[in-house]
Amino acid sequence: MIRRPVDTGDPDRLYTVTGGRSRADDAFDLVTLVVSECEPTAGMQSEHTRILDLCRHPTAVVEIAAELKLPITVVRILLGDLLAMGNITARHPRAARSIASLPDSALLQEVLHGLRHL
Amino acid sequence: MGSAISELPSQRTPLADAAETGLKIVIVGGFGVGKTTLVRSVSEIRPLNTEEVMTQAGVGVDETSGVAAKTTTTVAFDFGRISLNDRMVLYLFGAPGQKRFWFLWDRLFSGTLGAVVLVDTRRMDDSWYAIDRLEHHKTPFVVAVNRFDNDPSRHSLDEIRQALALPEHVPLIDCDARVRSSGKDVLITLVNHLYEQAKAREMTP
Ligand SMILES: Nc1nc2c(ncn2[C@@H]2O[C@H](COP(=O)(O)OP(=O)(O)OP(=O)(O)O)[C@@H](O)[C@H]2O)c(=O)[nH]1
Ligand SMILES: [Mg+2]
Repeated sequence: MIRRPVDTGDPDRLYTVTGGRSRADDAFDLVTLVVSECEPTAGMQSEHTRILDLCRHPTAVVEIAAELKLPITVVRILLGDLLAMGNITARHPRAARSIASLPDSALLQEVLHGLRHL
Repeated sequence: MGSAISELPSQRTPLADAAETGLKIVIVGGFGVGKTTLVRSVSEIRPLNTEEVMTQAGVGVDETSGVAAKTTTTVAFDFGRISLNDRMVLYLFGAPGQKRFWFLWDRLFSGTLGAVVLVDTRRMDDSWYAIDRLEHHKTPFVVAVNRFDNDPSRHSLDEIRQALALPEHVPLIDCDARVRSSGKDVLITLVNHLYEQAKAREMTP
């Protein structure tokens, strides 16, 4: 495999991978589950290919970041690309991001049930 | 095809295809307090590491002059996961409690169910800051005392509650981060606490 800047710990690697963009798609939570909607195609950016390979099964944003060894922000940018192209779908967490909608007792009961049966 | 195989992600355990809801719990505490150990003891996967970067201006990577031109802060954390059922998966994050970490709290951990503050009684000072920040972010939490065998003091939970100035309503428990059942009890204590709070909220019109 050809070593790209991203593999070498080059300080500019983030810049390179994202083509210099900085606006991450905030819609992607750490635990948003991403699912591929197509096969990678020849000529795709290698990071896009890897994400599509990983997400054949639902995969959380944070797991994608760990597998690709890229910061969360960079992964959010890459996912934004794939979403815009219709290559992935995203299952966003139900627990909302604001204090106003804390998780309800029914959800927490399901969590408790799951933990007790570990 | 040895080289092709080595390119595959190493023994990943995929989630169920029906998985649709990701949930978060954060385990926060000082250096070496046992965060990773706790995550490992309850996780269904080997803990993984990742990181987030932030420039001083508060955006990701600088657009005009490239990343090297700005001061970037990197926060590393590890995580594990628990499939609660076919649809729900709980992610556990082990996060360092130091200052720069809290700058990223909202970006990373908004919407978290709650937090576990892991305490080492030999270094209780490390815990105050975390407790203060969680209160500030209005994140519900419990405190778990990770008992190390070579801790000579054996403070009682009451003494620890006093030392941390911890309000009565915050659950405080002992744990051994190395033991799966103990780690599980810590999580159940937290979620039970969240459940009681939710119930109380739902009762008040
Ligand atoms: N005796 C004893 N040792 C423990 C316990 N929990 C963790 N340890 C040990 O303490 C050391 C630090 O534990 P870690 O889980 O790496 O702590 P951490 O909080 O993740 O540390 P950092 O990520 O470096 O801040 C390891 O050698 C563990 O094996 C415990 O309950 N009892
Ligand atoms: Mg650790």
